[in-house]
Amino acid sequence: MRALISISAVTLLLAACGSQPPAPEQNPAGVESRTPGAIKVDTAPVIQTKPDTFDPTSIAALKDPRSPLSKRSIYFDYDSYVVKGEFQALLTAHAKFLAANPKMKMLIQGNADERGSREYNLALGQKRAEAVKKALALLGAREEQLESVSLGEEKPLCTEATEECWGQNRRGDMLYSGEF
Amino acid sequence: MPAMKFQRLVLACATGLALCSPAAHAQLTVEITGAGANRLPVAIADFTGERIVSQALTSVVRADLERSGLFRLIDAGSPLADSATPAFEDLKARGADAVAGGSVAMAADGRYETRIRLSDVPRQAVLGNPAYLHTGAQLRATAHRIADFIYEKLTGEPGVFSTRIAYVVKSTGRFELKIADADGSNDQAALASREPIISPAWSPDGGKLAYVSFEAKKPVVYVHDLASGRRHVAANFKGSNSAPAWSPDGKQLAVVLTKDGSSQLYVVNADGSGVKRVASSSGIDTEPRWSPDGQFIYFTSDRGGSPQIYRVATSGGNADRVTFEGSYNVTPRPSPDGKSLAFIARNGGRFQLALMDLATKQTQILTDSAKDESPSFAPNGRMILYATEIGGRGVLAAVSSDGRVKQKLSVQAADVREPAWGPLVR
Repeated sequence: MRALISISAVTLLLAACGSQPPAPEQNPAGVESRTPGAIKVDTAPVIQTKPDTFDPTSIAALKDPRSPLSKRSIYFDYDSYVVKGEFQALLTAHAKFLAANPKMKMLIQGNADERGSREYNLALGQKRAEAVKKALALLGAREEQLESVSLGEEKPLCTEATEECWGQNRRGDMLYSGEF
Repeated sequence: MPAMKFQRLVLACATGLALCSPAAHAQLTVEITGAGANRLPVAIADFTGERIVSQALTSVVRADLERSGLFRLIDAGSPLADSATPAFEDLKARGADAVAGGSVAMAADGRYETRIRLSDVPRQAVLGNPAYLHTGAQLRATAHRIADFIYEKLTGEPGVFSTRIAYVVKSTGRFELKIADADGSNDQAALASREPIISPAWSPDGGKLAYVSFEAKKPVVYVHDLASGRRHVAANFKGSNSAPAWSPDGKQLAVVLTKDGSSQLYVVNADGSGVKRVASSSGIDTEPRWSPDGQFIYFTSDRGGSPQIYRVATSGGNADRVTFEGSYNVTPRPSPDGKSLAFIARNGGRFQLALMDLATKQTQILTDSAKDESPSFAPNGRMILYATEIGGRGVLAAVSSDGRVKQKLSVQAADVREPAWGPLVR
């Protein structure tokens, strides 16, 4: 009886909400297709299969802490969208992986610290994501594998108002298919 | 019914998004922190007729006028019906320049009929005597209309007590896009999500809100019809989609897209069709806002090396730089009369609300806070609502365009941000 009541309540609610799609609709004008809602971010511990070696172009390498591919973040200076030289090796490793796995796609999310305008920070995050994307493309990844978007200051990793914390939030993150 | 509410919450949590969620009861409270220098002394007498109704009406009318910072309320001494002649000599002695009386009567159809008479005390002349037919549920709305009438008669400008505001409340793991009356009452959630919601913008007719939601793990621009609760995607191109601004005729939206590289300005029809670029630079162009006459779009750009405000004619051509002082001037908001521009300026590490006279380019800093964002003009141009931070918590504040009247609007135990003041109700 209890189950019955809650099922009918859910049905009623679904009917009430029926005209309101929970997911974005398709835009009539040539808009890319996305499937929001299917977010699977695997945070399970890495399973170490072979203790000694790993193939740097295999999918497993993405989560192997011994592989540079397990590192996914590029950090930026204040109000800057210049990729610093120290991240060149990391970007090269990801570009090689993308070139070796042409079916893999990457979403690059740019982030900004909290200071200043939300929309300007969104644009700044976009510039950072775009800079990462351009670097990867120059190093051999294909344009169609890459999408750069911005989360601006909206998804901070660190929420203290300190320089150290802001530095962590001025960031570009590289996410592979299945992670976004 | 409580079970139903619970189910709704479960459903909301399950999808991480709810377009018809119950309103959490966290009302905005408005606190006056500064008032105008020359406040007009006005007496709002107790209305006659049904006591509970008349008391509810007069208390809201008084609170509205008081909150505006333009009036000083004078005790009228005794109740006053709309049909009675005010005791002008006594009111003059009390210091009142104007007096309003009224009466509430039950109409034949079960509704109330409230009649008001506003009089000039020194001249002993009637300034107006409107009547309002309303239900019990429309008490607050009627009181706001009465306050608007009194405000307009005494200041010559339209009142904004009947308008609504939109804002975003962030509580733990939850973002709500809320709509409330301008006094913070009657708040309702138009959208609740686990992901951020930013940049709400009212359509000129007040029926729709455009905003940016991150529910698809990236910024997408939606247009949300408030009466039906239905919404559609206005911009979801490859990359980020943000910063919607309505054209004055409500037919188009200026948006920021990154489909061709970095953040650039485009105009789309409100249904999302007909995208076209309106300005271009190799850097960042964002935060577009139409001038009220529709001739220009003001925006923020770093094309000159630091973020500054520019404007471009909607008919095309080169962009002109508007701000020159300082190294960070963002978020341009033209006033409703088009004569001034509110924006956020960085001064020695503090982000403050500034107002520029567009003819003389004279700029005044209106606040003494440090983290001001998202200014939004009241539709009569008198007040500017903005987001700021007090004690590490996001609050809304409002300041008059002369910097004298100040208000703070806050919600207990939550961050409030991204305010947008709705248009005049006709």
